[in-house]
Amino acid sequence: MEIEVRSEGPVAVAAVSGDIDGKTAPAAQAQLLPVVEQSPQVVLEMSGVRFLSSAGLRMMLLVYRHATAREGKVVLVGLSEEIQDTMDMTGFLGFFTLADTLEEGLAHIEGA
Amino acid sequence: MENIDRQGAPAGVEQRIDVYPTHRHGDFRLRPGRPFPFGATLVPGGVNFSVYSSSAQSCTLVLFRKGERQPYAEIPFPDSFRIGHVWCMIVFDLDYEDVEYGYRMNGPGGPGHAFNPQAILLDPFAKAISGRDVWGAEPDWDRPAPYRGRLVYEDFDWEDDRPLEIPIEDLVVYEAHVRGLTAHESSGSRHPGTFAALREKIPYLKDLGVNCIELMPIFEFDEWENSRQSPITGETLFNYWGYSTVGFFAPKTGLAATGKMGMQVDELKTLVKALHAAGIEVLLDVVFNHTAEGNEMGPTISFRGIDNSTYYMLTPEGYYFNFSGCGNTLNCNNPVVRQMVLDCLRYWAADFHIDGFRFDLAAILGRDPWGAPLPNPPLLESLAFDPILGKCKLIAEAWDAGGLYQVGSFPAYGRWAEWNGKFRDDARCFLKGDEGTVGAIAKRVSGSPDLYGANGRGPTASINFITCHDGFTLHDLLAYNEKHNEANDEDNRDGESHNDSWNCGAEGETDDPGIIALRHRLAKNAFTLLLTSHGIPMILMGDDMLRTQQGNNNTYCQDNDLNWLDWSLLDRNADIHRFAANMIALRQAHPSLRPRDHMNGEDHSGAGYPDLSWHGAEAWQPDWSDGCRLAAWMIAGPSCQAQCREDDFIYVAMNSSWQAFPIELPGLPEGRRWHMAVNTALATPDDIHAPGDEVPLDDQGSFLIGDRSAIVLIGK
Repeated sequence: MEIEVRSEGPVAVAAVSGDIDGKTAPAAQAQLLPVVEQSPQVVLEMSGVRFLSSAGLRMMLLVYRHATAREGKVVLVGLSEEIQDTMDMTGFLGFFTLADTLEEGLAHIEGA
Repeated sequence: MENIDRQGAPAGVEQRIDVYPTHRHGDFRLRPGRPFPFGATLVPGGVNFSVYSSSAQSCTLVLFRKGERQPYAEIPFPDSFRIGHVWCMIVFDLDYEDVEYGYRMNGPGGPGHAFNPQAILLDPFAKAISGRDVWGAEPDWDRPAPYRGRLVYEDFDWEDDRPLEIPIEDLVVYEAHVRGLTAHESSGSRHPGTFAALREKIPYLKDLGVNCIELMPIFEFDEWENSRQSPITGETLFNYWGYSTVGFFAPKTGLAATGKMGMQVDELKTLVKALHAAGIEVLLDVVFNHTAEGNEMGPTISFRGIDNSTYYMLTPEGYYFNFSGCGNTLNCNNPVVRQMVLDCLRYWAADFHIDGFRFDLAAILGRDPWGAPLPNPPLLESLAFDPILGKCKLIAEAWDAGGLYQVGSFPAYGRWAEWNGKFRDDARCFLKGDEGTVGAIAKRVSGSPDLYGANGRGPTASINFITCHDGFTLHDLLAYNEKHNEANDEDNRDGESHNDSWNCGAEGETDDPGIIALRHRLAKNAFTLLLTSHGIPMILMGDDMLRTQQGNNNTYCQDNDLNWLDWSLLDRNADIHRFAANMIALRQAHPSLRPRDHMNGEDHSGAGYPDLSWHGAEAWQPDWSDGCRLAAWMIAGPSCQAQCREDDFIYVAMNSSWQAFPIELPGLPEGRRWHMAVNTALATPDDIHAPGDEVPLDDQGSFLIGDRSAIVLIGK
C-alpha cells in the first residue's frame, strides 16, 4: 500500500495504490487523517487500489467522517468496478461521491 | 502467565487505563475480561472473549489465522479470569480481520456431559462464522474446527432507519427463501442467491404491494449437513431450507455475496435498510427448537461440547429428547438458554433492525426441561414483555413434532400471533369445492373468532395462509392430487400426504386449455379469499406467478429449479401477478378488510347495518347446509368500529361449486351503488379493477356468479 499526496489548489489529492486490508489500513489511516485535517476537500485516486477489505472500507469511512466533520467532501476517482460493487452491497458506496477522472472529481468539489 | 507492567498500551488507547494490558501469555497481552456480553466483542485495542459453561473445568481460547488449518495460538483462560461459570479475557493487538477463534473445554464425564478436549468449539454467541463462506462450495472435510467464530465491527451507519412498526393488521407478508428468490439464471442477478441480489428485487416487491418479507432461516446453517447424492439425478441434495441452526447470532455467510470477505453483517444490514426505505418490514424465521448437532451420533460443533446439559433436553440417562423431529431439543426453558434466546432476538432487533420473528415449531418453546408443556412458559412470557422486543411482531408456528398442537391456545400474553393452520386447511377444502365447508370458511374469513375470540386476541393473532414453504405451492395445489417427492430420495415417504389439493383434471403439467384456465381461476379465487379475510395474509414466494415445485411438497433438500424462482413466469402468468397485485391494493384501500377486532354482526355506529353479515343465493339468507358451496358476506364500513369506519360497503361472494347461478345482492343505503372490483369468471384484465376504477353494475339487485368463481363488489 502506498499513498502519494499532492495539492490541486485548495483540494488535497491522494493517490492510493495496493491492497488496503487489516494490515495496511492503520498506516493508510495514519497518513490520510492529517491530510483531511489540513484540507478537508479530498480527492482519493483509487485506480491503483486492487483490494479493499472490510477494514479498508472502514478506514475510508473514517476519512469521510473526518472530512464531513470539517465541512469537507471526499470524492473517489477511478474505483474499480469490483470494489464499487462490494461497496454497494455493503452500504459504503452511498457515502461517497464517485468520479471517473481527476478533472471530474475536482469539478464535484468545486461544484459543492 | 506473568503479570506485566511497563509493556505499554495498544496503539490509540494509551490514555485508557481501563484497557491497559495487565497480563501476558507468550506474545499476547491480556487483561481479565468482562463477563458481559457473552461472545467476542471489540474493545479499545483488543477483543473481549466471554463464554459460559456450568460445568467445564478448564477453557482455552484457540486462535486461527483466517483460512489456515491449524491454530496459531492457544491461550488458556487463567483461573483468575473466571467469574462464576463465565470465562472472560481481553486479548490485545489481534488483527480483527484475520482472526478466527474457538474454544477448547474440558470437564467431567458421566450422563449429561459431553466434554471433548480434542474438539475446537464454536462460540454459541459468535456474530460471524467462517467455514461455509460460499454457498455450495465443497468444504475441506478434514479441516479442524470446521466452523469458526469471526470478529464483527458494530459500526453500521443506519442513518435514520429503525424498525418500521407497521400496524400488524396492515401487513401483507411475503414468505421467501433468500437463495430461492434469485438463484435462478432468469433472475439476472450479479450475485445470485444472496442478500445483495434480494435487494435488487425490491422494485418487484413494491410492485406486488407486499409490505413485509419473511425470510426463511438466515442464521448460520450448514447446507452440507446430511448432504447426499440423489440416485435419480446425481445432484447433491443439500440442507437447503436451513432449519438447522449452527449459530444463532450469525447471518449465514454463504447467503452473502461478500461472505468470503467476512462482510455478511454489512451486506444483510444494507439489505434491511433498503427494504425499510421501500416500506417493507423484515421478519426472520427463527429456529430455536433444535440445533445442527443432532442426537448422540451427531457432530460436536458448539453447545454439546460447551455445556451439553444446559443447552439440551436430556433423558435421565443422558439421551436427547427429540420433540423437534431433528435429533435434539434446545432446552429453552433453562434460565441460561432462555437468556440466550432473549439476547439473540434483542441483538437482531437492535443491531439488524429486524421487525419481527416467526418461531419454527414454537410449541417446543413452551415445554419444560423434561418436555412437559408449561401453562405459563417463562421464555414466551419473557419475549412478550421484553423492552427491546416491545414493538416486534412475534409469530408462532404453534405446534411441534412431539404432538403438541396449540393453534388457538398458544400462550399469547397479548402479543403472539400464530400461523393459522386451520385457515390453510379450511381454505383449501372450500376452494376445491368440498361439501360442508361454508361454515368453516365463514369463521376463517372473519378472523377465526372460534380460535382467537374468547381470549381477546382478535383477528391480528391469525396469520392467514393457503400455502407456505412447507407443502405445495399454489400452482401445485391446483395441479397435483398427490405429492411427488421422489427427487428427495426417500421413496416419496417424506412430506405431508394430506394436502387437500385438487389437480383440476390432470396430474401435473398439461396442454389442456380448459384445465389451465381453471387453475388460473382457482388461483385468483385463492388470492381473493386470502386478501379479503380478516387476519394477516401471507403469500408464498412466487405464488403470484404460479411457481411450481413439480408436485414436490417438501423441497427442503433441493438446491435447483424445484426451489429457485423462475422469473420468466412473470410473463407467462402475468394475469396472476396482475391479479395478486391488484388484490393487495384492494385490501390496502379498505380498512374494514384489516380490522384489529373481530366483527360481531353489531351495528357500532347506528348506520343501520351489521358490521359483518352473511348471505346466500338470497340476500340475508346464508345457507350453512352441507350441500351449499356459496360463501357470501358483506362488510358495512359505516357500521364498523371506529378504526375501520371510514370505508365503503364490501360484498364478497365465493362460489366453489361447478355451476353458475344468480345471487341476490343485499340492498345498499340511498346514494350508494354496487361496483364490480373483482370477478374471477372474467378473463384478464376484466377480472379485477384497481381501487377507484371499479365498474358500476347495471343490475343492482342480482348477479350471475360463475362456476368456481369469486366476486368482490364495492358499495360506494
